[in-house]
Amino acid sequence: MSDELLVVEGLQKYFPVTRGLIFQKEVGQVKAVDGVSFSLERGETLGVVGESGCGKSTMARCLARLLEPTGGKIVFDGRDITHLNRSNMRPVRRDMMMVFQDPYASLNARKRVGAIVGEPLEVHGIGSEHDRKRRVQELLEIVGLNPEHYNRFPHEFSGGQRQRIGIARALVINPKLVICDEPVSALDVSVQAQILNLLKDLQQDFDLTYIFIAHDLNVVRHVSDRVMVMYLGKPVETAAKQDLYTGPKHPYTGALLSAVPIADPTAGRARRQIVLTGDVPSPLNPPAACRFHPRCPRFVDGICNVDEPELNPAAGGSDHRFACHFPLERWPMDEDEIRRRPAVAAGTASADLAGTTD
Amino acid sequence: MALLEVTDLNTRFRTDDGIVKAVSGVSFTVESGETLGVVGESGSGKSVTFLTLMGLVDRRHAEVSGSVRFDGQEILGASGKQLQKIRGRRIGMIFQDPMTSLNPVKKIGWQLEEAVLLHNDVTHDEARRRAIEILKEVEIPKADTRIDDYPHQFSGGMRQRVMIAMALINNPEVLIADEPTTALDVTTQAQILRLMTKLQEEHGMAIVMITHDLGVVAELSDDVLVMYGGRVVEQAEVDDLFTKPEMPYTWGLLGSLPRLDITSARLEQIPGQPPSLLHPPSGCAFNPRCAYAFDRCHEELPELRAGAVGEGHRFRCHLSDDERARIWEAKKASLGAAEGSAA
Repeated sequence: MSDELLVVEGLQKYFPVTRGLIFQKEVGQVKAVDGVSFSLERGETLGVVGESGCGKSTMARCLARLLEPTGGKIVFDGRDITHLNRSNMRPVRRDMMMVFQDPYASLNARKRVGAIVGEPLEVHGIGSEHDRKRRVQELLEIVGLNPEHYNRFPHEFSGGQRQRIGIARALVINPKLVICDEPVSALDVSVQAQILNLLKDLQQDFDLTYIFIAHDLNVVRHVSDRVMVMYLGKPVETAAKQDLYTGPKHPYTGALLSAVPIADPTAGRARRQIVLTGDVPSPLNPPAACRFHPRCPRFVDGICNVDEPELNPAAGGSDHRFACHFPLERWPMDEDEIRRRPAVAAGTASADLAGTTD
Repeated sequence: MALLEVTDLNTRFRTDDGIVKAVSGVSFTVESGETLGVVGESGSGKSVTFLTLMGLVDRRHAEVSGSVRFDGQEILGASGKQLQKIRGRRIGMIFQDPMTSLNPVKKIGWQLEEAVLLHNDVTHDEARRRAIEILKEVEIPKADTRIDDYPHQFSGGMRQRVMIAMALINNPEVLIADEPTTALDVTTQAQILRLMTKLQEEHGMAIVMITHDLGVVAELSDDVLVMYGGRVVEQAEVDDLFTKPEMPYTWGLLGSLPRLDITSARLEQIPGQPPSLLHPPSGCAFNPRCAYAFDRCHEELPELRAGAVGEGHRFRCHLSDDERARIWEAKKASLGAAEGSAA
């Protein structure tokens, strides 16, 4: 068995769009996730960033088999789980847990904390009642809550404490993979730091592998080893954290990075910002070829809207992959520089490019 | 004379559980054309402060005291009629969630025209022309046809542009923006912030930017108020605040922020939770979470006082100037050597 805990190949999730009340006919598809491939090593953290509607949460739900994938393959711990049925999936779920975004909505308000955290143990029939209680109290202590709060209800806790309960629930059966879907975006900054530190400590103590989904690039940078940037259901760039943040290749990644306000007035003023025009297009009717082309400052008519770029590794065969015909040559760049792309780029481009731009 | 001058503002809500001290002794000024950033976590009183001064808290449940002078005129406790002349006309307001602030069953055009007709003696046609003009100004493509769309036909970023248009349609002197970009994606946030800066340059209005995002504050503000537990705990010019913060809470905020330009293995965290405004801690509201708190902090509320830098930088802390300087120097060193590499 290799060191890879999770291998995903060409994962797709299409949602049908139907019309009509009684006789529903399919009039289209929302391609929420459309061809995502990556592999995840044991003990590593993969950060997934993207704006709302880019398919990052749908992808997470497919991985945990909360949604049935339309296509592609998910291999978890050496076993193909793409189309396992419920009963075969059950033992797999012990190794794969999720932490959700909203700590107010993801805890059953009528259950006591002990029952919430202990539920995975109960579902999988692990231990006697007494063992389970001990385990739950141990976990509450690990995540920084008072074990005596075992009999309290979720409403008695603050947002940050509830997120700790959610984390305890995910860890109670010693999973191998924890999928965190925006675990800190509902929290205040000071509390957010507590949770991020806690997740890091737990990873070390329990050898966890994380998929960490967030829209906040600062947070993703802080927790991840590798980062995947998604746009409209597809990854546009994946790289080791350091490579991605210091030398982004895809113009979308560049725009995202430069859009984040920096909490330092001097650095903020010196920053060169790329402001994209328009909004993220609808995934119901995504742009042809490169999905980013209508908003891209480096758009070339006849190439970007005709030929879809593959997610290719950068020169030198490194782990840095990006899907762009005209990758950024250096970083940082400002808006004028970014428009001045080289006249001829990577093999596919024809020589008469210079005149065709807007 | 300052355009907006708030002195010793207090807001107390009567609830079944007791009195919530939402805002306590808040004072500040806004000069015309400047941007004031107001930062704080949820429950710090930042929104309630501005709802109070706009006369938008329900007086049946709230006790309000203090003074708010706008252009020399006292507006706290003014009648609804008097306030109507100011609200929406001389002071515009943008709220966080553009979906709930727009009426979903009325066309955008109708909602914008209403704002014009309410405050000006103009015909419908003139109001409509003004509405189209302002939509163009906030860079909504095809403004003359989109004016007949409903809010649900706009994306989040576009709705926030409509909200900005509505706030600016009567050329206000002050624009109060309460978390205007919190619900938006980063690239859309960048568009909206750039738009606000542009409009400020063109119209010369003052902006009050209420946010929890220190990045947004650093980007836009001239002056900053840091609020905690219903009080102003630090106020300074933006560069002073970020280069030489004086109050342990501000240190904690800056340290707990993961940043693109600084690599740190571990975030500095502020332990505990923000204080309850129903039963606030005695003395300094931050003392239960402060690593440097000593006896006096538990007993006595520190005054908002000026430090070594001068009157422009005020804060609430009992630590001596020397001690604070020493602690901050040590913190700054640990905050990261990568600081210079951002540019």
